[in-house]
Amino acid sequence: MIKAEHISKSYVSAGHAPVKALDDVSFSVSDGELFGLIGPDGSGKTTMFRILVTLILADKGVASVNGMDVVKDYEKIRNSVGYMPGRFSVYQDLTVNENINFFASLFGVDKEESMPLIEDIYGSLRPFGNRLAGALSGGMKQKLALCCALIHKPDVLFLDEPTTGVDPVSRKEFWQMLRNLRSNGITIMVSTPYMDEADMCDKIALMQKGMILALDTTENLISQMGNQVWGVSGNNMYKLLCDVRSYRGTLRCYPFGNSHHVFFNSQEPDISDFGNYLWGCGNENVKIERLEPCIEDCYLYITDGRRI
Amino acid sequence: MEQRVIEAEHIVKKFGNFAAVDDISFYVEKGEIFGFLGANGAGKTTAMRMFCGLSRPSSGKGMVAGLDIWSASEKIKSRIGYMSQKFSLYSDLTVGENIRLFGGIYGLDEERMKKSGDMLLKKLDMYGEKDVLVKSLPLGWKQKLAFSVSVIHDPEIVFLDEPTGGVDPVARRQFWELIYEAAGRGITVFVTTHYMDEAEYCDRVSIMVAGKIVALDTPANLKKSYGVNAMNDVFTIIARNAGRNE
Repeated sequence: MIKAEHISKSYVSAGHAPVKALDDVSFSVSDGELFGLIGPDGSGKTTMFRILVTLILADKGVASVNGMDVVKDYEKIRNSVGYMPGRFSVYQDLTVNENINFFASLFGVDKEESMPLIEDIYGSLRPFGNRLAGALSGGMKQKLALCCALIHKPDVLFLDEPTTGVDPVSRKEFWQMLRNLRSNGITIMVSTPYMDEADMCDKIALMQKGMILALDTTENLISQMGNQVWGVSGNNMYKLLCDVRSYRGTLRCYPFGNSHHVFFNSQEPDISDFGNYLWGCGNENVKIERLEPCIEDCYLYITDGRRI
Repeated sequence: MEQRVIEAEHIVKKFGNFAAVDDISFYVEKGEIFGFLGANGAGKTTAMRMFCGLSRPSSGKGMVAGLDIWSASEKIKSRIGYMSQKFSLYSDLTVGENIRLFGGIYGLDEERMKKSGDMLLKKLDMYGEKDVLVKSLPLGWKQKLAFSVSVIHDPEIVFLDEPTGGVDPVARRQFWELIYEAAGRGITVFVTTHYMDEAEYCDRVSIMVAGKIVALDTPANLKKSYGVNAMNDVFTIIARNAGRNE
């Protein structure tokens, strides 16, 4: 179990005002849960990870991992958690096998003992055992990093944006692996900018400016939105976007794949008036329909409206 | 006929025996938003570098902005904008300094630099950040600034290599509105992305697998011909088929 209570952290650098990275953040993650931290760059996700894996100290608040305090028991925590930091995680100038051997010896473990746990992931890397990590594709690099983070059979995994820049098919594979690990009883805390991945977490925390704006299962977050999302499409999508925004009943409108998603000021908007307005602006083939909201709608609804 | 600003005919790029780009042919019309999709390692960046005049094909013909990629690669560089995910702005220069630097590289004179620079800062609502180091900006801002800088000289085409990788949903949408606007001004946009909702915003997309273009059409036609409702499904079907043939 991971527990954070009233954690605050500011970064101070000479000649600048202190930057508040975390502002009174509290949450807990149950054993065996797949927990997602979702938020824009600079929202404090990485700082939260670094505090929990004992790399930096919080200014205020307490945190623990499986009952071990992040300050007092830092050595024990380091031996029982796996951590995949965002950018740097494997040595590019070592081969696949050298990286795995290196991390195994760091933790003083026999890699053969961990094989049953990582077999599923290592299997696809085996043919490339003698290839330099730097020469692997993005998806393969992340698989290798995950193997290295799992080599000492940790109880808790911390993954900071493990799939950023990885193509959609490799991302899907990576998440299938995470779900398999969870079914082995490993607790996983993961951050991601991809909303389809947020959907695969048991619970998510939406973060912005060092605070948690919402924390719940994706189902609950979505059902709290009700049915206030509408989809609009037409022939000239950019003109349509500008026109929807200029309509007096529009609260917000976003491009959203093949349609624009609209939130109105009123719960029961006058759709025929809206349609007439768009038609009057010269839009053709306008289609308006009520939509089932998805997690990305929640994110946009909860986090936007502020300058980010 | 619409004016073609990129034309590729049987372009091949080999590294040793490995064909990173394996006989691709296509064209892009003026003012189009053209999505250049493919899995990691499919050859997108290698192809893009040839169109930007940064490397030469092993064989094949190509024109960019009416210029031959074999004989006029230096001229091409002055007619295009280029933005990559990894390197796009100098993080240890301020916002204003980056604008001046790139404006200078793209050949703007003092007067035009001042005018375009001010307009850019105003549009991005970043006037207050003019003297801030780029490295202290959030990623979403950096990418919007990098894009605006890459079109500061009103190029005919702008090449964007995964401009929104790792950017959150709100900032990604703001970024695409800049793209729409540039396309509205007549700038052709050639963009790679891993986000399939962004593929839907393109006028046409191509999908590369192992150095070849295996699909090229409007998002609507691609979805129709694969019998699915979203570009994500098109991409998944194509990638899965590719896996079987390897």
